[in-house]
Formats: sequence, structure tokens, C-alpha cells
Amino acid sequence: MTAAPLLEVRDLEVVFDTRQGPLRALDKVSMSIAPGEILGVVGESGAGKSLTGTAIIGLLDPPGRIAGGSILLEGQRIDNLPAEAMRRLRGAKIGAIFQDPLTSLHPMISVGDQLVETIRTHLPLSATEARARALELLREVGIPAAETRIDHYPHQFSGGMRQRVVIALALAGEPKLIVADEPTTALDVSIQAQITTLLKRLCREHGAAVMLVTHDMGVIAETADRVAVMYAGRVVETGPVEAVTRAPRHPYTQGLMASIPSMQTREAELRQIDGAMPRLNAMPPGCAFHPRCPVVEERCRSSVPRLEATPHAAACWKVAPEALS
Amino acid sequence: MSETPAITVTGATCHFDVSPPWLDRVLRRAPRRILRAVEDVNFTVPSGKTFSVVGESGCGKSTLARMMVGLQPPTAGSISFGTVTRADGTIVPPRVQMIFQDPYASLNPRWRVGDIIAEPIRELKLMTDEVQIAARIAELLKTVGLSPADARRFPHEFSGGQRQRISIARALATEADILVCDEPTSALDVSVQAQILNLMRRLQQQFGLTYLFISHNLSVVRHMSDEIAIMYLGRFVETGPADEIFAQPRHPYTRLLLDTIPNVEAPNRARQPMAGEVPSPIAPPPGCPFHPRCGIATARCREDRPMLRQEKARALACHEA
Repeated sequence: MTAAPLLEVRDLEVVFDTRQGPLRALDKVSMSIAPGEILGVVGESGAGKSLTGTAIIGLLDPPGRIAGGSILLEGQRIDNLPAEAMRRLRGAKIGAIFQDPLTSLHPMISVGDQLVETIRTHLPLSATEARARALELLREVGIPAAETRIDHYPHQFSGGMRQRVVIALALAGEPKLIVADEPTTALDVSIQAQITTLLKRLCREHGAAVMLVTHDMGVIAETADRVAVMYAGRVVETGPVEAVTRAPRHPYTQGLMASIPSMQTREAELRQIDGAMPRLNAMPPGCAFHPRCPVVEERCRSSVPRLEATPHAAACWKVAPEALS
Repeated sequence: MSETPAITVTGATCHFDVSPPWLDRVLRRAPRRILRAVEDVNFTVPSGKTFSVVGESGCGKSTLARMMVGLQPPTAGSISFGTVTRADGTIVPPRVQMIFQDPYASLNPRWRVGDIIAEPIRELKLMTDEVQIAARIAELLKTVGLSPADARRFPHEFSGGQRQRISIARALATEADILVCDEPTSALDVSVQAQILNLMRRLQQQFGLTYLFISHNLSVVRHMSDEIAIMYLGRFVETGPADEIFAQPRHPYTRLLLDTIPNVEAPNRARQPMAGEVPSPIAPPPGCPFHPRCGIATARCREDRPMLRQEKARALACHEA
């Protein structure tokens, strides 16, 4: 963890300009990932977790725009790069894996040709060398009989196999950072485990940093090294995965963990967080969680708590500052 | 009422004919192709209990749910319901309702919530007086944790969890006795999922509802069920009381499923993911359908399909376990 972070996001703000005025979708989001580390970003739908990933790979669509803060990859700012420079960076240094493996692949081009195209865009290889590399990548992501499968089309693959192809595509340019947005959500549990195990292995072998965006705390607990919990466009808690799942500090994370039904015992009633996450156009003042918070006090209604600068940090007025260790 | 089970399913089977068109079949001499979605499924559910069916996509659990509510006629076998005694003393067949997975697709976007809930009341002629119906809608909305004023609003004004509450209110409007729930929370966020699961448990106690619960999420099933059945390629491979199966899973598929579930209680656990994928139900492997993925398969498993054997409260279809 002492290594310089590969990716550093500082006080990132993303704003959507609408006719009713600007909507702040991300508010001072900060996170960093070291080489070879998997950072899990978890939150409910609309918390801004996918938006953070989209902003990092530079695929934010208007009316969304980065209104403040900075994104640094290997110490260089990438949030203000021109579109063409960003396009070359994507694939070469940043690989992306999306939720739906069917829409991430071109349905009328064989997977081999898609891989060869990506490889030759980013690496100076001949067609034959690129094909050999494509075959190697397919073997690496665990596609059986890769020699024949390379000429097949996406519809001939099952969901889990397609997601492996998408991972192979993301790895084609040997990126330093992989942004994986809900890579296992569309898959069955038994296939999901295969894909997370594969991601972990590739992360270790390639020394790539992985940002794993998901709503599934279970996937995070099994895969990530560190986790950032997002709520209503802000990071509310971040820390090592063991610490956050076993001893969550922010009331939202505590509620989230308690509302997951246990596999070991059967409780009479699940602990629930009443209400729902506020909409962007109706953000409460102060801490965004205060209308649902069980330990709310006066200060929470007026001023926004900052995220602490400790390894296991929470953004909450009620949490005692972590003891210095 | 307590003697006869609420639901009795005997040898329920559902096949789909997925053959190519007739002329193609003749010209290419292609055989008929039958997709065996559900094969010889038997179970009973006592009144007021929850029976859950767990399995991966394509195992036939949704087809089973559709057969229960009559949206899909079974190819063979029978599904019967026990009679119930209404408050006025009449003995009638139970009302069966379904709660669907996607609350964004199961509510008519052009209807007000009040009309959505009133439709089954008007259709079944449970009440004819509009004032009475309005009062009933208000009562139902309060039962599921919404406000009576919400009856004037449209579905798009509600979040996923609130929409699922409206679906539940619509099902309750018929004074339903049996609810078939096909993945009722899988489209919801986990904090909202807890709200809906708590609501469903509370309603079950309040109205004595019988649930048939379909899910792929084992921890949700653990929380909700009295009895569970694990389904693989159209057949039950293990059934029994939920507590016993979770404490001591016996079928290799059940064991692998339990081992594969990401568990927040054991972060960064090293695990052995299940190899392979679910085979096609059009051409299931011979013998035990699970043998290509099974760690303890023997020569016998490759030829001879194990039958579901009953042992006390549990049943198991495996030669080796």
C-alpha cells in the first residue's frame, strides 16, 4: 500500500445541466487505487458509482460534465485531455468491462477479429502476431478450445463465456487500470464466482489496478482489497474490506450490512433502512443520509460531514475520529 | 383445512416444442426438438407456509411458477389447490395471485395506482359500490405501507420498492390465499429488499398467506422459507426443510451452490468456483444431469439417472451422497 497510487481521484464533481438548473450527481468524490489492488465501489442504484467509473474512462455524455476536481493516472491529469488523446488512452492504459456482455461485443464480427482489431490499435503487431496474441488472451481468460472458438461469433457463446471474451478485450492493450462496471450482475451465481476468481487472478498476474463497481456487497467482500461505499453522490465510508464489512462505521453502511439476510441464522425480521435514497433534485441539506439515519442530530441537518483522512474513514458527524495507530 | 395442503403438485411436466418449421424438418430430415423445462415435479405446500424453489437461470423455476397460476398449461401431471373456508362460512377454491420480478413492467403505466388495485376487485365483482372500493383501496395501500393519497398517482412516480408494494396490494385486493412470487426482490436494492421481505413476512402472519417463492438468491430464500427445493435442469435434486438443508446440504449441486454464494460474513474467502455451465435443456446429458460438473461423479452417474428418494422430511436425487 506504500506504492504511489496508480489512479487518484480528488474531489471529483460531476454536474448535469438541466432546464431546471444544474444537478450535482457527484460531490467531492475522492478515491485512489494502487497497482495490483482491487477497489470495490458499492452503493445503491443512483448513488453515483457507475458515474464515477464513466468519468474516469472519459465516457461522460452531455449534459453531464466534470465541474471540479481532478483524475490522475500515474500522476498525470486525464480529466482535461482532448477527446482524441483520451481515445488513445482508453484501451491502452484503461480497460473497461461492462455489465451486459452481449451489448459490449459487435454481433457481426467474430470474437477473434474483434480482439485482433483492438490489439492492433494499441500495439505495433502484425496481423499474424496479433492473432497469436488473441489466442493467448482467450486461453488466459479460460475459454476452452480457444483455437476453434476464436472464429465464433458472440451469439455462439454463453453469458459467462461472453463476459470472458469482454475481459480478454479489456486486457488486449495491456492496460494499467481496469474499470469493471457490474461485471457479474447479468450472470448466474455459479458463473459469477468463476468471473470474480478470474478477475482476481488477472489482477495479481498483470499487476493491474481494478475498480470494481457493483451493488452486491457479497461480491465486494469476496473480491476487493479495499472498498468505497457511496451514497447520493458522495463517498460515505472507505477502508480495507475486512474492516468495512465486519465493523462498519457509517450508519448507512451499518444499515446496509444488517439488511443483508444472513446465511447462518434466520432472524424473525431483517433490519431495514426506512425510506429511499433522495433524488438529485431533492437533496436534503447537510448529510444526505440524515432523513433515514437512526442517530441523526442537529448538526447533520445543516452541514455536510467530510470524509476523514484515515485508512478506514467515514463521513459522519457522529463517528468518533479513528484512534491514531 | 389443516389436513389438506394448500398446494399439491403431482408429476407436473412442461415441454416446449422448439423444432424447426415443418418443411425445414422434412427437407433437412431434422428430428423434432423438445425443450424439457419442467420434468416430473412433485411437492405439497401446507397452508400458511412458504415453499421456495431455488435454481440458476434456465432451470425451469419460472415455468413452474407460471404453471401454478395457470399462465402455462402443464404438458402432463396435475396442480391442485385445497379449498378454503371464507369468513361467511362458504367453502370455496382459494384465490391464487402472482407477484412478478420486474415492478417496472408489471404495472400499467397509464393507469392510476387506485385503478390498478381496483381492477381485480371490479373484475371478480367482490364489491360493486365505488365508495366501498375506494375505502378498500385506501386500506390496502395502508397495509403495504403506502398512503391512501397515493391512489391518485401514476406508477412512474414511485421507486422500485414502492412499485413492488403496489403489486403486493393488487394481489391482496382479491383476498388472495396463495401468492406465487417470482423473484420479487431481485430488481431491488438490498436496503429496499429488506423492507419488502419484512412486509411479506408480516402479511403472511396477518392473513395466513401461503407463498410459493421463486428465487436464485439463497440468502433471501433462507430468510423466507419453511421448505425449499433445489432445481436443476427441470428437476428437483434436493428438497426438505430450509433449516436442515442449509445446515447440512447433501446433493453436490446444493453444496456447490452454497459454497459459491458470495458471503459478506466471510470476506476474501478462498473458494473453488463451480466448473462448467448449465447444459442445454434441449439436449440434457445422459444419466444424472449434473454429472459433467460434479466432483464425485462415477461411471454409474453417467448412465443411470438417480431418482428423487424420500428420506424422512428430505428428498435427494444422487447416487453418491
